[in-house]
Amino acid sequence: MTGRLALETIACPACDLLQRIPPLPPGGKARCPRCGETLASCPSDPLDRPLALTLAAAIVFIVANTASLMDLSAVGRYASTTIPNGAYEMWLQGQEITAVIVAFCAVIAPGAYILFMLTVLLAVRRPPAPHWVGELLRWGSSMQPWSMGEVMILGIMVSLIKIAELASVDVGIGMYAVGGLVVLLAAISITFDPREIWKRVVWADGRVPSRAGAHEATGAGTGR
Amino acid sequence: MTTTILTAAEAGLVSCGTCSLVSRPAGGAEPGYCPRCGGELEQRHHHSIQYTWALVIAAAICYIPANVLPILTTNTLGSSESDTIMGGVVLLYRTGSWPLALIVLVASVMVPLGKLVALSYLLISVQRGSIKSNHERTRLYRLVEFIGRWSMLDVFVATFTVALIQLQPLMSMEPAPGVLFFAAVVVLTMIAAESFDPRLIWDTPNRRQGHHG
Repeated sequence: MTGRLALETIACPACDLLQRIPPLPPGGKARCPRCGETLASCPSDPLDRPLALTLAAAIVFIVANTASLMDLSAVGRYASTTIPNGAYEMWLQGQEITAVIVAFCAVIAPGAYILFMLTVLLAVRRPPAPHWVGELLRWGSSMQPWSMGEVMILGIMVSLIKIAELASVDVGIGMYAVGGLVVLLAAISITFDPREIWKRVVWADGRVPSRAGAHEATGAGTGR
Repeated sequence: MTTTILTAAEAGLVSCGTCSLVSRPAGGAEPGYCPRCGGELEQRHHHSIQYTWALVIAAAICYIPANVLPILTTNTLGSSESDTIMGGVVLLYRTGSWPLALIVLVASVMVPLGKLVALSYLLISVQRGSIKSNHERTRLYRLVEFIGRWSMLDVFVATFTVALIQLQPLMSMEPAPGVLFFAAVVVLTMIAAESFDPRLIWDTPNRRQGHHG
């Protein structure tokens, strides 16, 4: 915790205002005084809790993608579907690009996010963490806007109600798993603070992080 | 705490977009690479205004077929019927689920259109060097960023309806061309929101000039 006490100079990502992040109480947040952007948070347990949640999310993710979302029965016929099956059916019906977009937002992006986060959180347990950990964290956060579990669950619900007009449908285990996954993914992003990772990662220029923050106005490298 | 309003750019510093380390840019035209994470440094997103405009225009073009072309075809015993997005909304409303009809209407029709208008307004205000209502414009940008993903709703609805209703020859559903344009609108506007640099809203006009390109 002592590392957190060093005042860290940052520029607001939304308005570029230079400021120092004051020491935060556990659970506290720092906002930009000019534009109100949340700049930093101080989760009480920034490494172990997200790791536990990510492990749980990995298990729930597998269930959500293999168990059936809903089961339909009509005139003696029976059908059920899973998430990958939905995207595959789109592909079979000749909408290949849409199928890829659906697969990316519903399966690949959340799956990759969980995988990268798991690797990052395990790798930083023995600091200094190798440089590739930062790279994985970057990929993980670029996956985040494309991981659309909460949109998908609303979409499944709408289609469920539409289909209920035509046939009798039952909600499957997969649906509950998707709901759980949405909650877990939200919980990971609340309990996780990327600054904790960057404090532990070996720098691109080979420097090993000794103490947190305090590297104000370091010169940028001209090459990798 | 410093009390003077000073941005990283004004102080001759650059903030890393990946790990948010503030560093002094390398001498020369390009600010170089972040010493901590190795990511490429940018004072402002490269060609932010041009890229965002290009994506907004592309999305606006796709918005027309997305709404005019059908997104779903229903085949029932020889007869087939196609539904556009608005058709789907009307169907939901008629069958008595007006809250769902409202959700789909907002997510599929109003949100994409609102995003296009909001991004165009932000781009024009930045290009005209506006220094007014910065807070409101920042809030608008955040709203656009947050709400964009929800437009994907109808694509998921179509996907799972198609996946389940395959009861040939009795009844089957298949996606129609509109769904591709619709998904394209969502993806393009999401990338457009990401390529827009909200720091441009706060830059004073003389500082901004160098980044118009």
